[in-house]
Amino acid sequence: MTDQLTRRQLLQRAAAGSAVLTVPGLLAACGGKSKAGAGSTTSHKLAKTLNFSNWTLYMDTNKKKHTFPSLLEFQKKYGVHVNYTEDINDNASFFGKIQGPLSRGQSVHRDIIVLTDNDRYLALVIKKGWAEKLDKSAIPNMKNLVDVQKHPNFDRNRDYSLPWQSGMTGIAYNDTLTDPVLSVDELLESPKLKGKITCLNSMGDALTIVMLSNGDDPTNVTDKSFNAAFNRIKKAADSNQIRQFTGNDYAPILARGDLVAAMSWSGDIAQLGNKHIHWNVPKDGGALWTDNMLIPKGGDVYTASFYMNYVYDPKVQGLMEAGDPKRDITGIYYIPPVAGAGEWAKKYDPAVAKNTLIFPTKEMLDSVKIFDSKALNNQKYLTQWQNLISG
Amino acid sequence: MNFFHRHRGLTPYLLLAPGVAWLAVFFLVPLGFLAYQSLQSGNIDFGYAFTWAWGNYWHAIRDYRTQFVRSLEYAGIATLLALLISYPVAYWIAFRGGRWKNLLLLFIVAPFFVTYLIRTLAWETILSDNGFVVNTLQSLHVLGPSGRLLATSTAVVTGITYNFLPFMALPLYVSLEQIDERMLEAAEDLYASKLHAFLRVTLPLSLPGVVAGTLLTFIPAAGDFINAQLLGSPDNHMIGNVIQSKFLELTDYPAAASMSFILMTGILVAVAVYARIVGTEQLTGTAA
Repeated sequence: MTDQLTRRQLLQRAAAGSAVLTVPGLLAACGGKSKAGAGSTTSHKLAKTLNFSNWTLYMDTNKKKHTFPSLLEFQKKYGVHVNYTEDINDNASFFGKIQGPLSRGQSVHRDIIVLTDNDRYLALVIKKGWAEKLDKSAIPNMKNLVDVQKHPNFDRNRDYSLPWQSGMTGIAYNDTLTDPVLSVDELLESPKLKGKITCLNSMGDALTIVMLSNGDDPTNVTDKSFNAAFNRIKKAADSNQIRQFTGNDYAPILARGDLVAAMSWSGDIAQLGNKHIHWNVPKDGGALWTDNMLIPKGGDVYTASFYMNYVYDPKVQGLMEAGDPKRDITGIYYIPPVAGAGEWAKKYDPAVAKNTLIFPTKEMLDSVKIFDSKALNNQKYLTQWQNLISG
Repeated sequence: MNFFHRHRGLTPYLLLAPGVAWLAVFFLVPLGFLAYQSLQSGNIDFGYAFTWAWGNYWHAIRDYRTQFVRSLEYAGIATLLALLISYPVAYWIAFRGGRWKNLLLLFIVAPFFVTYLIRTLAWETILSDNGFVVNTLQSLHVLGPSGRLLATSTAVVTGITYNFLPFMALPLYVSLEQIDERMLEAAEDLYASKLHAFLRVTLPLSLPGVVAGTLLTFIPAAGDFINAQLLGSPDNHMIGNVIQSKFLELTDYPAAASMSFILMTGILVAVAVYARIVGTEQLTGTAA
């Protein structure tokens, strides 16, 4: 256990009382792998407030009372007020905001932030040592993490990050305007769709599904597979098959009928709830991306880890995901990373539990891939991609 | 005897101090930092170092000349359109508005209580492929049956024109409103036709407003990226989009900083040429 101990962690745990202020107590502070550490949860001190920065529309919500039920419940149970801010709109701008203080070793006054693994910044923050190690002794529920998420290549043992929610990248189409669009071939090359489709501006998402369509492996990108996929997209852009490169602003345009089909994130379509807009994993496979919780340097590791444990309780996660129509609670409607959440979701809202955009079938999950995080930080690829999408 | 009486000579400096301090802290210091950054090299992984990397400037011009030129071009067209639209409106309000003047001015400003982003998104709906505008233009055969406005340069220029219109209209109104109507009467008494009176009296007197309006419109428009992002395709992206992507997506801060400087220089040169042609005294209104 060579982990760095923050001063705060050491003090907190040292102050936990003479009963546990012994070797096990200090061992727990070194990463908490010892049994004694796990048992001494109550001796850790919870902070009064947990500062949590998240993406917009990413929490179960009581629309009538304008509250976040799972956060209220957490506060009621454990006395920790969650200062919840939806101030992350995209990874790049948020990184721009926090990189200054973090690079100078200053706190960003947040205990949990959420970054996406289809963008370069998550891996970058971990690599630069700007994230605190999780206190795994406080997260016994981590055992509920779904298998596919256990060993991502940016954080092999999940020492720094835990998934918040996932989503899939595939193709959406409007059935009043087109026959089903089920493959990347059709999307990028069918003359019927010319000028009526958009491509995502997120390199990882776009390249994953095009690489799969090319028969290449997006989890291990080579110059050859990159060039093949890049050139195919560039050709579609140059020939005006692709009308625009978008973030999730394609959704209203698709709903309005200006777009016939779009490269699309499953969650956008689930939230849109328009019966004419269909989403599917492309014939040759789709992409899986995940938003990950991190504790930025200076954050309260114990309280943050304690909260992570709370949301990894399948009962809590089930409610967060599906909501509860009887209590006016709207769920998150993305893909939960917690095994067993689906069972609980059935009890709250069976319709949501049946929705494969939120609880995908095993078949769907088997056909989606996570993009190579090394390629996400390849400056050459990034520059080429940005030059394509910004003119 | 208070402090100001005893140190009368200091008063102007004291009055200037807050403004100067503000400019120094929030403009000069960041600008200096930006200049410093524009000559650095390196990347986010290994850090940046100051190396007098003038190559950043050269590379920016070599690789993104199209976007620089396009920005000045779009901003120029939008400024001209805004002037053509605003002048008659401001003229009418100033001379014919009567007691409704304030209300009419409010109408010009009212849409701008809505945030910039929402206004631009609204244009996405207005110019939509199945919308009223496109359908009308198609039935008039101005647009082909598969023609569209969104994701074209027309949409981007329209968006910019709309978004910066009040910056043109308000200074125009102010300078037109100040014109003494007796001068126009005098012109007519001296047998000037309406057109002549306008060309020889009103127009010259309103020039300070024209100059202020065009500058206030052109300068921010040249650096805009929202309109190109939402209403255009990559073929219509402006230099603001490139700077944004360099800064946020690629974390290539030196390149982004050098482009900002080039844009700033480009605008300064354009403004200087313009001021030279119309005369700087028009800006301050001293000629009037």
